[in-house]
This record gives sequence, structure tokens and C-alpha cells, in this order.
Amino acid sequence: MDIVVCVKRVPLTEEVDLVVDQQKKGVKKDQLAFVLNDWDNYAIEEAILLKEKHGGTVIAVTVGNEDDEEVLRRCLAMGADSAIRVEAGDMSRFDSFGIAKILSKVVSDLPHDLVFTGVLADDDSYGMVGMLMAEELNLNHSCMVTAIELKDGTVQTTSELEGGLGEVSLVDLPALLTIQTGINEPRYVSILGIRKAAKKELKVMDLAELGIPDDELAPRTIIEEVYLPPETEGAQILSGDPDQIAADFIEILTKKGVMG
Amino acid sequence: MSEIFVVVEHRLGEIRDITYEMLWKAGDLAEKLSHSVTAVLLGHEVSTFAEDLSDRADKIIVCDDERLKNFSADLYKEIIAGLIKESEPAVILIGSTSWGMELAPCLSVKTGLPLATDCIDIMPENGKFMAQRQMYNGKIFANVSFAQSAGCIITIRSGVFPKDKIGERQAQRVQKDFPLAEAKPAKEFVEFVETAAGDVDITQAELLISVGRGIGEEENIAIIKELAEALNGVVSCSRPVVDKNWLPKYLQVGTSGKSVSPKVYVAVGISGAFQHMAGLSGAGTVIAVNKDPKAPIFRTAHYGIVDDLFKIVPALKNKALEAKKG
Repeated sequence: MDIVVCVKRVPLTEEVDLVVDQQKKGVKKDQLAFVLNDWDNYAIEEAILLKEKHGGTVIAVTVGNEDDEEVLRRCLAMGADSAIRVEAGDMSRFDSFGIAKILSKVVSDLPHDLVFTGVLADDDSYGMVGMLMAEELNLNHSCMVTAIELKDGTVQTTSELEGGLGEVSLVDLPALLTIQTGINEPRYVSILGIRKAAKKELKVMDLAELGIPDDELAPRTIIEEVYLPPETEGAQILSGDPDQIAADFIEILTKKGVMG
Repeated sequence: MSEIFVVVEHRLGEIRDITYEMLWKAGDLAEKLSHSVTAVLLGHEVSTFAEDLSDRADKIIVCDDERLKNFSADLYKEIIAGLIKESEPAVILIGSTSWGMELAPCLSVKTGLPLATDCIDIMPENGKFMAQRQMYNGKIFANVSFAQSAGCIITIRSGVFPKDKIGERQAQRVQKDFPLAEAKPAKEFVEFVETAAGDVDITQAELLISVGRGIGEEENIAIIKELAEALNGVVSCSRPVVDKNWLPKYLQVGTSGKSVSPKVYVAVGISGAFQHMAGLSGAGTVIAVNKDPKAPIFRTAHYGIVDDLFKIVPALKNKALEAKKG
């Protein structure tokens, strides 16, 4: 079972004040900490679990600059056999279509029974790269997968639908699956583990090597402007020391008829 | 007159709310742009759906075939791509739902039309469309335009537009034969499964004490349980807590969990991702506890406590116990 997992490094934005950059096309990222996108963390774990059970290889792929190798090293430490980074220069010139084109080209040259992506990435949240790749590569597919079972030549997937409903499907291999959070419990990665994995192969490819015509990489969606959310009335903030806040809290609950 | 396509989403014999919401927006755009609204209805034995939608669209294209009994992104893609070729609609609206997330990108590659996903508004601008969407979990908004093309595909977030009718319409029904010679989808439907069954029904609770990622560690869930007990409330949670297996799926509030309607919803350490907020639109009063003053939940909560939950939760519990004693 050969599995390719596409991953992305994203900024951590919880409990952070985001600042719009000068061109109003993105946010300032120099002060932000970066991590492996949460969905991709589950995707790489799922690939490694399948490899441990059925054998085969796991290759992690990303498109980005040298800093992005950090998440590939994490994937290697988790148990991926090798990793590929496509050096594509200025990343802001690509939209999801461009990234999907690049990843598709890389994947098409690798052995793959399964291709995984996360359902979406925590930063721009388009949630489309996986399915763009499936169509591009003419692969069978399942979306928002929360359970996987291999049955000779096919994979049984459970897709998450709304309202606590799951949809079970049988998909012939090779297939592309977008992996949902909660499908497994991603293993812990230690600094030592990352150091040990430094011996594993991390190949850097130049975008030009892939021979994708420029016009195919031209963005189809263009971010015209990003901005902070419009002001809303917002919550009435309870202030004071915890004891005062607690007293106000109980008063609200009493007024709303849920105390006692 | 250009058409606005709305792909009808239905499941288990019911039209899903997102369909009405998209038809509302389509009607709104149609009025502004002198376009017409076309509902695209694929399925099997769906004539009652067509009747139900007849005063919300100018045209309903119906393809009724046994092979469309279950949703299939592959078949939908092939059929809708054919319809797009015939009519060249100005824009195609699809729900940003589990099914829409599978269908829309495939349709985009197949037709070459640009796609913007999970949009919360559409603004006509100089004969083109601008889509508004969110990034970074709602902390940033973005306006997105489309490269020059014959049309575009936009997927719409659930719950952002009204389900109401807009304008006066009387749909002409156009029946289409199943257009594909060979149609064995590469994905075979097996069954639907209930993934959130359990012995506590949070949809019936009057007071929910809900816990999110901010709780940090599994053992800290205990303080939420203690608070709920002191208040005679019921514990619920957001997705990350279920993903980590700290609480069972049947306690999850949100798009993929339950929709709840308590009198009071107390959200502790929940940032307020839209998927979560969608599950509590029926809540009377929302009180949020979060140490990040920029957490999106404070935009919609009625009351906010901006502080460390580990300081606040014990204080709330003690005050509740005091109040109980009288």
C-alpha cells in the first residue's frame, strides 16, 4: 500500500491578534508561530497506521519554501519513509488551483494506491485542493473521511455528513481521500524523534523541473482585499474580580430561568 | 437573460435548508442583475421537491433516474457540466456542505470555471461577481474575485442567508433524461450510519455547559463536569474535544454534531468556529468564557467573560453552590 500525503505548514492564530499586511492581500506572518496543519496531522497518522498494518510506503509532500521543511521533518519523525518539497518561489502567486496542479504533477510520478490530503487548511480554509487533485488525476475519491478499512482492491470509507450522520462507501483503488480530524489519535513527536529522522530522505524539487506550463498555474480566484471582521455589537463583557463576575453570571442564569 | 444555477441538495427524502438559503441569494442577485433563477434537481422520485421549489425559481431542471437515488459527486459533476455547457449560467451555487465540498472542485476542474468556496456573501460588481469569505477561523475576512471566464462556481456556507422566498416566481419545469451512456460511479454507496447516538440528549437541555479546546488537557474536563453539576446543567462540547476522545460524539454541538436550543448556553474555552456556532443558533442566551478577547465567539455571544477559565470556572461553581444553599 503506497500512500502519498500532501501537507501544509500553517500559522497558529488562536489567541493571536492578526494584522492585515500593507497590500491588504494577507496577514503579517513574521511574528506568528507555525505548525503542521491539524487535518494533515491526522492524514499523515492515518497513512502511517495503514502502512504499519499493510506494509508499503508513505511519502509526505509539500509546496513551499525552506521553512516549510519543518513540517516534513515532523512527518518523517512520525514514520513517513521520505518527503518531497517543491520549491516554488513566491507562494502568494498561487491559489488552490495552482497548488493542486503542482501537487498532482508530483503525485503522478510517485507510486500511489492512496493519496491523502486534509479536508482543509487552517489558514485560508478553501478546502478544495484534495478534490481538485482527484479530478486532475482522475482518481476515485471520498471526502471528509472519518474511518478507513481496506478490502482487497477497494477501500471502505465513512464520510462525515451533517448532523451526526456518516455515509459509508466503497471506493476502488487508487483513490484520493480527504481526511477529517478525529479519525485517529496522532502520535506524539519528540525533538529527539525529529533529530533521528534527519537521516531520512527529504528531496527538494524545483517547480521548473515539473514542466507545468505557466498559464496552467495562473490563479483563477484573486484575493482583492482582506480585512478585519466588521464590527458587531458584540458580547456584553462581565468585568471585575472572579467573585464579582460569578455573581453577575448567577444573576443572568436566574433571570433566564435556569437556576434552581 | 443569464441564469443563476442553484444545485438542489436533498437527503433522505428532504430538501436541505441550504437549498432554500441558496435560492434566496439567487433570487436576490437575480433581481439586482435581471437574471433568472434555475434550480437543478437531480435524484430519484423527486417530483414533490420540484413542486415544493416551484415558487422559488424561474426554471427547474429535473433529472429523475434510479441511478441518482444516492448522491454521487461523479454523476452530479457529469450531468451538471452538460447543463452548464448548454445554458452557460452566470454563476453556479452549490452548498458548502460535505457533499458540496466533494462536488464543487471536481465540477470546477471539469468545466474550467473558477471556484470560490465557503462564501458568506456575493456582491455583483461591474457585471462580475465578488465573493466574501472568511479565513483564519473567522478572524479575517476576504473579498475574492474571479479570473476572466464564462461563469463561476460559488459554494455557500450554511445558515448565512434566510430560507425565505424572495420575489414572485413560477417555475417552468424542464425534464432531462439521464444523459450518461455508461454510468457506474467509481464510488458505491453502502449505507448511512448514525455516528452520534448516546444516552444523553443535549438537544433537550435547558442549560448547557459546553467545553472546547481551551480546556487543554483531558483531566481538566472534570472542572466542567463539576460546574455543570453545581448548576444542574448538562455538559456538551465542541469538536476538538471529541476529536481527542475526551468526550463522546453525542455531546458535540455543531454542524457535524447536534443543533441545540437551551435557554442558556455557556461556552467555556470555545473559540467559536462557524461550524460550532451553527449548532447553537437556537440558543436563548450565550455566555462565553475565553481568554482571547478576539475570539470570534465574542462577536455573537450575548455575554462575555475575558479571563482564564481555570480562574473563572471554580469561581462560578462556588457561587452556584452558594446560591443553591440560599
